[in-house]
Amino acid sequence: MTRQLELVVDRIKCDGRGLCAEILPERVHLDSWGYPIVTPGAIPEHLTSLAQRAVDDCPVLALALRRQEIQRRRAK
Amino acid sequence: MSTPRLLDGPNPSMGPERFAAHARRLGPLPKGGHGLIDLLGHTGLTGRGGAGFPVGLKWKAVAAASHGAAVVIVNGAEGEPHSKKDRHLMTSRPHLILDGAMLAATSVRAKQVVISVGEGHHAALRSMTEAMSERSEHDRRLMRIVTAPARYVAGDSSATVHLVDAGIATPTTTPPEPHQRGVGGAATLVQNVETLAHIALIARTGAATESLLVTVAGAVLTPGVFEVNLGTPLGEAVQLAGGPSEAARAVLLGGYFGRWLDIADAWPLPVDPHGLRERGLSLGCGVIGILPARQCPVCEVAGIMRYLASESSAQCGPCFFGLRALADACTRIAERGTDPGDLQRLNRWSGEVQGRGACKHPDGVVMFLQSAMKTFGDDFAHHPAHLRRSA
Repeated sequence: MTRQLELVVDRIKCDGRGLCAEILPERVHLDSWGYPIVTPGAIPEHLTSLAQRAVDDCPVLALALRRQEIQRRRAK
Repeated sequence: MSTPRLLDGPNPSMGPERFAAHARRLGPLPKGGHGLIDLLGHTGLTGRGGAGFPVGLKWKAVAAASHGAAVVIVNGAEGEPHSKKDRHLMTSRPHLILDGAMLAATSVRAKQVVISVGEGHHAALRSMTEAMSERSEHDRRLMRIVTAPARYVAGDSSATVHLVDAGIATPTTTPPEPHQRGVGGAATLVQNVETLAHIALIARTGAATESLLVTVAGAVLTPGVFEVNLGTPLGEAVQLAGGPSEAARAVLLGGYFGRWLDIADAWPLPVDPHGLRERGLSLGCGVIGILPARQCPVCEVAGIMRYLASESSAQCGPCFFGLRALADACTRIAERGTDPGDLQRLNRWSGEVQGRGACKHPDGVVMFLQSAMKTFGDDFAHHPAHLRRSA
C-alpha cells in the first residue's frame, strides 16, 4: 500500500475562488480565468499538511486528496 | 456465406424492418453471456459512438460490478451535428439494435434497458417505439425509451446516465464511471446503437463484422449514410456519396472532435478504426466532412468553434470560459485578420483548457482546433480581414 497522495479538483464543483492557489502555491496556480491548475503527481511529504488545509478550506468543497494508485487505475 | 452487413435486407428507405421479417431473415437470437463477452473481446470490436472504447472490456467491467442489477443504456442521442448514421439505423434496422441491447442485458445481467433517442429525431423515435412493441413480453418488461436533448454533450456516457437518473443531460464528475456506478447507483453499460447492431450480427456468426456506417457530409453530390467495408480507402467512401460536388480542399474526419486532413493525405486513408488509430487518427463517430476549396477554412473553423463553445454545459470554468475565449480569438482572426497576439493566445489557452473538464468536451475542442491550425497553418498565419458570410 502506498501513502502517496494526489490533489484532485472536482471541476463541476469548482467555482474559481482561488484559495487553493493562495494556500498551496507550490502545487496550484490559476489559469487565465481564475481556475486552479494543479501540478500532476504525488504531493511531497512536507506539503501534505498544507494540501490538507487547502482541501479543508475550499469554500465549495471541490478539492480532495486521493491515493495516487486509484487515479492510475482509472486512467487505463 | 459472406459476412452479413448492417443494412442487408430491404432498402433502408422503405422504413423500419418489422420484427417478423427481421427474425425470418436472420434467424433466432443466440444467448448472451460470458461466451459472448469473450467473443467481443476476440473480435476487437470498438464502440462506434465516437470514443472507440473496446467493447469486450466495457462489458466485462459492467458484468463484474452488476450483481444482477445492471442497467443498459442504448445510446441513440447522436448529438454530433453532421452525423446521421445512428438515426438512419434506428429508422431502418431497429431490431438489430434491440437484439444487441438484449444480448447486452443478458451478458451483463441487467434488469433495465433504457433506449435514449435524440429528441428531434422523430422517425427514429417512432421506429424504436414501434419495434419495442413488437418484442416479446420479457423484452418489453425490461425496456423503456427516453429522449435526449439535442445538445453536443448529451451523448457523453455520464450525461446519458444523468439524463436517465435526473432528467438532466449534463456530464457528471467521474470517477465513479458509469460502469462502476451509473443509473440509480447500479453498474451501467452505455453503448452506441450502431455498436449494438454489430453485436447482433457478431453473436449470430461468431465472427467480426467487416463493414461500418459512415456519414458523408459537406461538399459532395449526394450526402448521406453509407455502409462501407473496413479498409475501404476514404476517397472511395466519398465516391459512394457521388464524390465531391466541386474542387475539395480538406476533410474533417470523425466529426467535430475529429481531425482536419489535407484532401490528398485523406484520400488513401483506410476507413477502419484500428488502421486509423495506428496512424494517430480516429474515425470517431464516422463523419467524413468535405470542405470545398472556395470556402475559407479559418472562417469555417471559427464558426464551428463558436458552436462548440456554446455547447459547453457551463459546469466547469475552464471549459465554459476557455472555449469562449478560444472561439472569440478565432472569430477575431476570421473577421479582423491575423494578429500574432491572437495566435499566441490560441496556443496558450489551448494548453490551459486541455484535460480540465469533467467530461472530454474541452479536450475534443482543443484537438479539433490544433488540427485545424496545423492543416490550415498558412491560412491562420495570413488571414485577411473580412466579414464572415452569413451562411
